[in-house]
Amino acid sequence: MTLVDTTPSPDAALSRRPGSARFLWLLVVLAVLAALMATSVAIGSRGVGWSDIVAALGGSSNTIEEAAVTKRIPRTVLAVVVGAALGLAGAVMQGVTRNPLADPGVLGINMGASLAVVVGLAWFGLFTATSIIWTAITGAALAAVFVHAVGSLGRGGATPLKLALAGAATSAALVSFLTAIALPRGDIAEGVQSWEVGGVGGASFATITPVLPFLLAGAAISILSARSLNSLALGDELAAGLGERVVLVRAVAAGGSVLLCGAATAVAGPIGFVGLVVPHLCRLLVGVDHRWLLPFSALTGACLLTAADVLGRIVARPAEVDVGIITALIGAPFFIAIVRRQKVREL
Amino acid sequence: MTALATPSPSTVDAVARGRVRRASRRRLVVVALAVLVVTAYTVSLMVGRTSYPPGDVLRVVLGEEVPGATFTVGRLRLPRATLALVAGLGFGLAGVTFQTMLRNPLASPDVIGISSGASAAAAFAIVILGWSGTAVSLTAIVAALTVALMIYTLAFKDGVAGTRLILIGIGVAAMCTSITSYVLSQAGAWDYAEALRWLTGSLNGTTWEATVPALLALVVLAPVLLSRTRDLSALQLGDDTASALGVRVERTRLVAIVAAVGLIAFATAACGPIAFVSFLAGPIAARIVGPHGSLLVPAALVGALLVLVADLAGQYALGTRYPVGVVTGVLGAPYLIYLIVRTNRAGGSL
Repeated sequence: MTLVDTTPSPDAALSRRPGSARFLWLLVVLAVLAALMATSVAIGSRGVGWSDIVAALGGSSNTIEEAAVTKRIPRTVLAVVVGAALGLAGAVMQGVTRNPLADPGVLGINMGASLAVVVGLAWFGLFTATSIIWTAITGAALAAVFVHAVGSLGRGGATPLKLALAGAATSAALVSFLTAIALPRGDIAEGVQSWEVGGVGGASFATITPVLPFLLAGAAISILSARSLNSLALGDELAAGLGERVVLVRAVAAGGSVLLCGAATAVAGPIGFVGLVVPHLCRLLVGVDHRWLLPFSALTGACLLTAADVLGRIVARPAEVDVGIITALIGAPFFIAIVRRQKVREL
Repeated sequence: MTALATPSPSTVDAVARGRVRRASRRRLVVVALAVLVVTAYTVSLMVGRTSYPPGDVLRVVLGEEVPGATFTVGRLRLPRATLALVAGLGFGLAGVTFQTMLRNPLASPDVIGISSGASAAAAFAIVILGWSGTAVSLTAIVAALTVALMIYTLAFKDGVAGTRLILIGIGVAAMCTSITSYVLSQAGAWDYAEALRWLTGSLNGTTWEATVPALLALVVLAPVLLSRTRDLSALQLGDDTASALGVRVERTRLVAIVAAVGLIAFATAACGPIAFVSFLAGPIAARIVGPHGSLLVPAALVGALLVLVADLAGQYALGTRYPVGVVTGVLGAPYLIYLIVRTNRAGGSL
């Protein structure tokens, strides 16, 4: 936001050209993200001075203040990475399903990843990071296929209402199973309780590094399918007429988003509504072209989750509010607003 | 809906016979359900780590002193089983009232967020404010009414469309659940099992202090709903038809909503939002009774039976002592999916 104020008012002719307006927005979003990351490192339950931050960024952790800052760095990185993954995954899902209510949380996909991880922990003794990530991705994929199958039964295919209902019902079922599995196992239950909400609090670089390859692969697949998503937006018949292999494109793009949200859930728990809110905001900024929309959604998702994390640290000092709670409190009203805007027939 | 000319006597006969047959089936079902509920209630008083014969249980209930049983049955099992009964009746009754009024099985208070609103408020009052007893119940009812009003207002746009109301309710439920999670995370030393009371419902550690307000609410509010049975059934035909039949639509709806929300709130303040009971009771009752006649009484009995049996199963049938809400959740959520699958396949709009 600060950038807008300091930038000299853009050339009127340029701002009419959408490309430059988008470029300007890109700079704004990048600046906001940088500011939020700085805030996230600087603000927490313990107040620190600038000298401590600089020292900590240099690798020193001799005083308590410096150590606190050192702990906030991986947390900030995790918020950025997970936020970007969820924002991107949401944008791809909304494109693939042509559904304004699609979101890894609303459709129950994050919950599928969570249940798979808990099953893996409880019965298969999964404790290595990579196996947990694979399990989460498998769970996310199964949930995605299931919800889509349930939601697209009957007349009219996968309408937003049917998909959202199928997602909510599947989430409810998965939470019940997850609780039933975790409850008798005290060792898991404690971790599950905080992880079930979704948080980035306990981040360390050791937990972040293993997911990065998965997230990068998912992001690459998603970004590469941007052009095809543009064709899909015209409707299946037209897209096929334009030479798209509709089913294949859809499967590949959905696979990319499942990779993203499965891996994100594996490190941060099921965080809802980021993927719902972000693409809608980005469409207002850069329009419906997926080649712009997808990268923007990733950046804005990173901003949103970092901001939610900072907010969670400020509102309940010295305690913290898990970031999943903040995103639900921000995102649910947004969900309601979208539902209200839709015509009943479109639902 | 044009009235037919005088129907032939044989038609009148057939209709009358059908009505008698259905009424007698309904009576039979209600009696059978009531017997099952009483049996489940008695069993949950009898069995446990030490089981007592029915005679001992009866003597304790009548106030006699029986060594051992007076404490175990009178202090531990009686409040718990009574709360299970009361909460089940309340959830079932309130659920079917909402489902009837909004003409949609998905529009039950636990799907559209009213139960989670009550639960969030109760958890807040207990954990953060340190309140107990009636104050908690009142907080829960205020919150539940607010949530109901909020959902109705948000869904209102050229009339209330059922689909929009349900989706908005799901959004509201997500918010309320995250508030509950926040409150629980503030509590610090709470263990997971205890936290689940406010997320899925639990009867563990029930005392008379928690049971009595819910019991009183049921005694007051259930007759209010039952006295409106006829009007509620008429509402099922649509507002216009109902008012043509002489039902004061808005007033009936207001009374029904307040009474049903009250039942939900008082029961939730005592034992949490026992997952899916109010959603399940109505459709199960409809399956048993058939499509005709009011479902209020059968659904209430089904609700009570669900809670009593699920609590028994949760305590003794499985390796671990599960809170009742986990059992009903595991049963109910797949049914919710099944209902969606069936409706989608039939091509109907939800």
